[in-house]
Amino acid sequence: MRVPLSWLREYVDLPAGETGRDVAERLVRAGLEVETVEQLGGDLKGPLVVGEVLSIEELTGFKKPIRHCFVNVGDANGTGEPQEIVCGARNFAVGDKVVVVLPGAVLPGPFPIAARQTYGQTSAGMICSARELGMGDTVPDSFGGNGIIVLPPEYEPGTDAVELLQLVDEVLDIAVTPDRGYCLSMRGVAREAAAAYGLPLADPALLDVPPANSFGYLVKVSDPAGCDRFVARTVVGVDPNAKSPIWLQRRLQKAGIRPISLTVDITNYVMLEVGQPLHAYDKQRVDGPITVRRATEGETLTTLDGVQRKLAAEDLLICDNSGPIGLAGVMGGASTEILDPAAGPGTTEVIIEAAHFDPVAIARSAKRHKLPSEASKRFERGVDPEAARAAAQRAVDLLVLIAGGTAEAGVTDIAAPHPVRTITIAADLPDRVAGTAYGRETVTRRLQEIGCSVAGADVLEVTPPTWRPDLTDPYDLAEEVIRLEGYDNVPARMPNVPPGKGLTEAQRTHRRIGVALAGAGYVEVNNYPFLGDTAFEALGLETDDRRRRTVKLVNPLNDEEPALRTTLLPGLLGALRRNVGRGNTDLAIFETGTVFLPKDELTVAPRPAVDRRPSAEELAALDAALPDQPRRVAVTLAGERLPSGWWGKGAQASWADAVEAARTVARAAGIELTVRQGQLAPWHPGRCAELVVAGTDRVVGHAGELHPRVVKALGLPARSAAMEIDIDLLTADGAEKVNGPAVSGFPVATQDVALIVDDAVPAADVEAALRSGAGELLEAIRLFDVFTGEQVGAGKKSLAYALRFRAADRTLTADEATAAREAAVAEAVSRTGAVLRGA
Amino acid sequence: MSAPNKSYDPVEVEALKPEVVEQARDEAVAAFAAASTLDELKQAKVAHTGDRSALSLANREIGALPPHAKAAAGKLIGQARGAVNQALAKRQAELEAERDARVLVEEAVDVTLPYDRAPRGARHPLTTLAERIEDTFVAMGYQVAEGPEAEAEWLNFDALNLGPDHPARSMQDTFFVQAPDGSADSGVVLRTQTSPVQARTLLDREPPVYVVCPGRVYRTDELDATHTPVFRQVEGLAVDEGITFADLKGTIEVLVEKLIGTGLELRWRPSYFPFTEPSAEIDLQCFVCRGESVGNPDRPCRTCSSEGWIELGGCGVVNPRVLVACGVDPNRYSGFAFGLGLERILMNRHNVADMRDMVEGDVRFTLPFGMEI
Ligand SMILES: [Zn+2]
Repeated sequence: MRVPLSWLREYVDLPAGETGRDVAERLVRAGLEVETVEQLGGDLKGPLVVGEVLSIEELTGFKKPIRHCFVNVGDANGTGEPQEIVCGARNFAVGDKVVVVLPGAVLPGPFPIAARQTYGQTSAGMICSARELGMGDTVPDSFGGNGIIVLPPEYEPGTDAVELLQLVDEVLDIAVTPDRGYCLSMRGVAREAAAAYGLPLADPALLDVPPANSFGYLVKVSDPAGCDRFVARTVVGVDPNAKSPIWLQRRLQKAGIRPISLTVDITNYVMLEVGQPLHAYDKQRVDGPITVRRATEGETLTTLDGVQRKLAAEDLLICDNSGPIGLAGVMGGASTEILDPAAGPGTTEVIIEAAHFDPVAIARSAKRHKLPSEASKRFERGVDPEAARAAAQRAVDLLVLIAGGTAEAGVTDIAAPHPVRTITIAADLPDRVAGTAYGRETVTRRLQEIGCSVAGADVLEVTPPTWRPDLTDPYDLAEEVIRLEGYDNVPARMPNVPPGKGLTEAQRTHRRIGVALAGAGYVEVNNYPFLGDTAFEALGLETDDRRRRTVKLVNPLNDEEPALRTTLLPGLLGALRRNVGRGNTDLAIFETGTVFLPKDELTVAPRPAVDRRPSAEELAALDAALPDQPRRVAVTLAGERLPSGWWGKGAQASWADAVEAARTVARAAGIELTVRQGQLAPWHPGRCAELVVAGTDRVVGHAGELHPRVVKALGLPARSAAMEIDIDLLTADGAEKVNGPAVSGFPVATQDVALIVDDAVPAADVEAALRSGAGELLEAIRLFDVFTGEQVGAGKKSLAYALRFRAADRTLTADEATAAREAAVAEAVSRTGAVLRGA
Repeated sequence: MSAPNKSYDPVEVEALKPEVVEQARDEAVAAFAAASTLDELKQAKVAHTGDRSALSLANREIGALPPHAKAAAGKLIGQARGAVNQALAKRQAELEAERDARVLVEEAVDVTLPYDRAPRGARHPLTTLAERIEDTFVAMGYQVAEGPEAEAEWLNFDALNLGPDHPARSMQDTFFVQAPDGSADSGVVLRTQTSPVQARTLLDREPPVYVVCPGRVYRTDELDATHTPVFRQVEGLAVDEGITFADLKGTIEVLVEKLIGTGLELRWRPSYFPFTEPSAEIDLQCFVCRGESVGNPDRPCRTCSSEGWIELGGCGVVNPRVLVACGVDPNRYSGFAFGLGLERILMNRHNVADMRDMVEGDVRFTLPFGMEI
């Protein structure tokens, strides 16, 4: 809602010095979201006056046509002599009234005006266009459009045009929240301003309206639930050529509504003034009585915008004998539209409709037909049904006054009976909600200020005003009191919170994982979870890969990415590429977040009632309809993992770093991982580790080098590596409690052993066999060399281990250590076919 | 070695004559003093204390002396050897110290050489900002609650007093999840706020409830410098007997003090949220210009767009209808709730000009934030 300050002052006698910003500050504290305060004509300085064009001499020989004019500006130039002005515009004639800026004035910009020589003539001032005067970017034709302004003939030369055109003003732009429908009108904003300043309100809806009678235009409401009020008035003898006066056009313009024609402008003006949307019909085009009813499925209506719309059974319609002539509360129909006199005979008889419709019906129709209009916006948020008569009267008055029409005596007013809404509220409820003491008198006074009638003492019976349909329960009233008393005046206090339990184990684990990866040199990124099939193609996923089964959005941001991620890798690899593209070469990044996995059986979530707690079954059904959303962590790296430098060579990021990252994550979670040779897209088939929780068969993720095809498809650096692990699966059993080890004080016995195995034998298997064979004397085992070559034979590899033995209770003898080593080797021989090197 | 010979007079043994012993001692001490390197000292040591040295040879003679003479001779030799060893040790220490000093000088390096061998990592500032806020509340006794991002419409809207036709529902610009039949009627949305976690918490446990709910939320905004369709919130909820708007104000004041600092004014603006009543927007006085940029075109402020205030978030007293939908008795319990947008706080607290930097994952943006903020 755009509120010109000059207009607001018509209803509230604000202090003279009060600026738009001052008023905005008061309204903000009362709960209106004033987004901007626009200064109109802030740097404008006169003299700017009405002029009468006396003569026009067309100058030739220039690139464009130029006019040399003499203009009567009355006494405004001090001499009373005609003003000599050179002008490039052509949309005016001798005798026209125009707006002239004289030397010494300043136009918005600021552009100071001075007399000058141009095109061989003297030009002492300018004939102005609306844009030059700062009247907005889109100027209606009535203000000359892009040309200069031609005023109605009745203004005297020399009249101050700053005042005439209302050029200096401030406009408050207010974002009205859905509960404050009444503030989509000057009347509502003025009421708030009056309360904020403690001043009386001149209510524009307080008009003398003749009572309803039986000879008004015939209207039948067959759906009183959808339309509980319908006021119709008729005006005849309207001059179709009458134009909206400047003041009306300017107010509409400042409020952000484009002037169109007098009748339409009047309906819009009254809507802005009192908040009641009106519709004007050309009475001679309406065929018989008006009926309000629901549509029948498949009926059609061509709306004012020329679009033929297929109606749904729920749509509320205004009809005549010919069928639908309007989508109630949303948009009128083309067939009864007010006619423009420029295109034939104009409208001379008008029916004004001021009705009240069901907010839900209007909201649904506007949504269904994608037609959010100024009218529907107001009906959705609630319009004062009691303002309908006054609004219709105001429109009639303006048509009579400006368009020379005659109001017919018939007054149609159909009203469904309205129960009086009374709310019972304990007088101390506002105190209890705010945590302060207002007292009964304050509560009563504040409620009366917003238009409630209040009775009672400790328990109040409150009848809210008709323009506040949002006030339905005692808490709504408590809020009004607290808001008007000022939130700043509520004291601050701390609640007595019972002792807390701190973070959960899972929350601590999630934090540790992030800290561990960052400590290991990874940088955290956050990617959007949206993706499309191309992401899966790039990863080389088979058509039946489970990760291709996605949760899809109805309204994605981007049609190429309609699905929610089932893996973190596409986003993460995208971030990798983005970084590489920006010249960051050595990269190690990670992301944690949820993926979205559709359930095997897809269901629809129920919508239980809200007047009670849902049943256990309903709650279970809610959860059953949601996709599984496990938490994952993924890393990717490229370039140098350890940088080269003056100290020597670094190390390239490799599959092994990705596996190590998995171990880092697992260690942070207190879980041990076993690594197996794996095979899964998008990893290199020979360089993919399957990550398994030790002692189980539960695969929790994969790590390794990316498939060269994937690297190519995504434009990643060669040998980029990645890891993805499911944290929820990883930690499903929880970490085991660590028992403090008994640290032996006896000396260590170290023995090395080199084993030759087939290339295909995983080192992890050899180590597992050695561990198991060595028994409990083994303290540690470390693979310190892997060797292939002629000495070990083709298709073989040599694995060299250092074994550390130690006993808890004695110094081991050489024989004991040797025996343990031999047992370890024997186990490796039997399990993996290893041969002791050098044996 | 000579056998004991009682007829011998010790004086007669040349090597044990006091002047001979003293001379040997003096020669040894002089030789040590003359040694200028550890190697020379080693040679002098062999020469003067070795088996073939004068004092060693003299010492051997003692055995052949008659018993009455042994003690005096032993003492004589002993004192001499003591003096020699002392001189040796002293010179040894001197020469070692000299050598060490020289070696340490020779081993000096340029310690200003850059050494960045261990790669540096960092956590995302939005993650650590959320943790900081969580920790503030955990210290007050709150718990951290989490919930799904793809959420039941009922929990995201209906349970929060946003019925199907509520105008605020269209304000939210919601992502809808496709139903099995491809329509929008799945009853599942990407949550537009973390409030459904509050509803879940109330459905899950008996009051008193004091929780903070951090998490990612979604709205169909296009990404630009000040908007992102995927963003983070931290919401808080307190439901207990006797909770009031005053408790909310006190709690937010503590949070602001811990998060941003003291001495800044808060503005409580009435607003509208269906799930709270009364509702408020909290504005924080701009900590850059402290409001001095307002109406002062000569001193514009980028942080607050010369408004003087920075929007922190929304809050209010929990609407009793929400309590009813979650099975909490509104006659016994009341509550407050608040929600903060982390991107906005990060922008203000750390002077981040463009929200896109938070979502693009450029490591140069994240690295300076380190492990905590
Ligand atoms: Zn500022």
